[in-house]
Amino acid sequence: MNRVPLEKKILSENDRIAAELRERFREHGTLCLNLISSPGSGKTSLLERTLETISHNERVAVLTGDIQTENDATRLRRFGFPVKQITTGGTCHLDARMVERHLADWQLQNIGLLFIENVGNLVCPSSYDLGEAAKIVLLSVTEGEDKPLKYPSIFFKSELLVVTKTDLLPYVPFDIDAAEENARRVHPGMEIVRVSCTTGNLTGWLTWLEQRKRAQAARSEAVV
Amino acid sequence: MHEMGIANSILEAVQAEAARYPGAGASKVAVRIGELAAVDPDALRFCFEALTRQTEFESLTLEIEFCPRRQRCPTCNAEFDAKDYEFRCLQCGDEHTECIGGDELELAYLELEEYESSTA
Repeated sequence: MNRVPLEKKILSENDRIAAELRERFREHGTLCLNLISSPGSGKTSLLERTLETISHNERVAVLTGDIQTENDATRLRRFGFPVKQITTGGTCHLDARMVERHLADWQLQNIGLLFIENVGNLVCPSSYDLGEAAKIVLLSVTEGEDKPLKYPSIFFKSELLVVTKTDLLPYVPFDIDAAEENARRVHPGMEIVRVSCTTGNLTGWLTWLEQRKRAQAARSEAVV
Repeated sequence: MHEMGIANSILEAVQAEAARYPGAGASKVAVRIGELAAVDPDALRFCFEALTRQTEFESLTLEIEFCPRRQRCPTCNAEFDAKDYEFRCLQCGDEHTECIGGDELELAYLELEEYESSTA
């Protein structure tokens, strides 16, 4: 019997492509953000409200993933920015190769901010690096406040937690402080913002986004 | 449910490695799965069996080493397994320890058996 060490990542092929994408994003000063949540937590709504506030001079683009339909891309195209739907045909997450393929005919130097809306799923997307600068996890107040404890991987790997649908707080038995405490148990120091896409309360999110864009610009200038 | 894709990636790595040893067959592949890796070991075993059944890898066994979340204390350098989201240093009580392990999704090693020579 002969034992040979392998010592590499199981998803090394995905990680290799993701590293190439990350390098291209850095080179072109593109801030890439990977939005992840359960189905129905409000990823598309958050993007709609966000694109609404963004001036058309800004170079923003969206890749949106779903198992089937062009529905999300249709919703997001109304704002006049380039949007491409990735239909996975059954796969429960996006991987780096899908992102690479769908970016092929876009010029990255024309994209300052790239949102990737992952397939609605709190588990599988956490294993696949897409070359993003940050993962962002959304949790709506109609879900359980113990979700960070049940799905620790994605809360651990995400830089920011966006608590959505806060306008519904008076009507649901959701303890928002407990939810945020749970997120910080899994990920001490995690940044958290609260939003409502219905009332338009997006201040915390837009402030975070602005800071992240400035940090990315500073980083890209530093390497030029 | 992405364990099928993970199982397939493991099998591809085994195929690539085993091809370098033409006189031997792969008998066991060992992987490390961290508790933060979002991969269910039972589902992974199930997918692996489904993929290898009635193939040349039917007798290949999958060994999974499950890795708990590990923390390191910046004050006293103690390292420990974290249980129930308790990250306080077990040695000095510092509350701000850092995560140093638990998201493994790695191939560890491959075991090969040499084919018996037909003249033996």
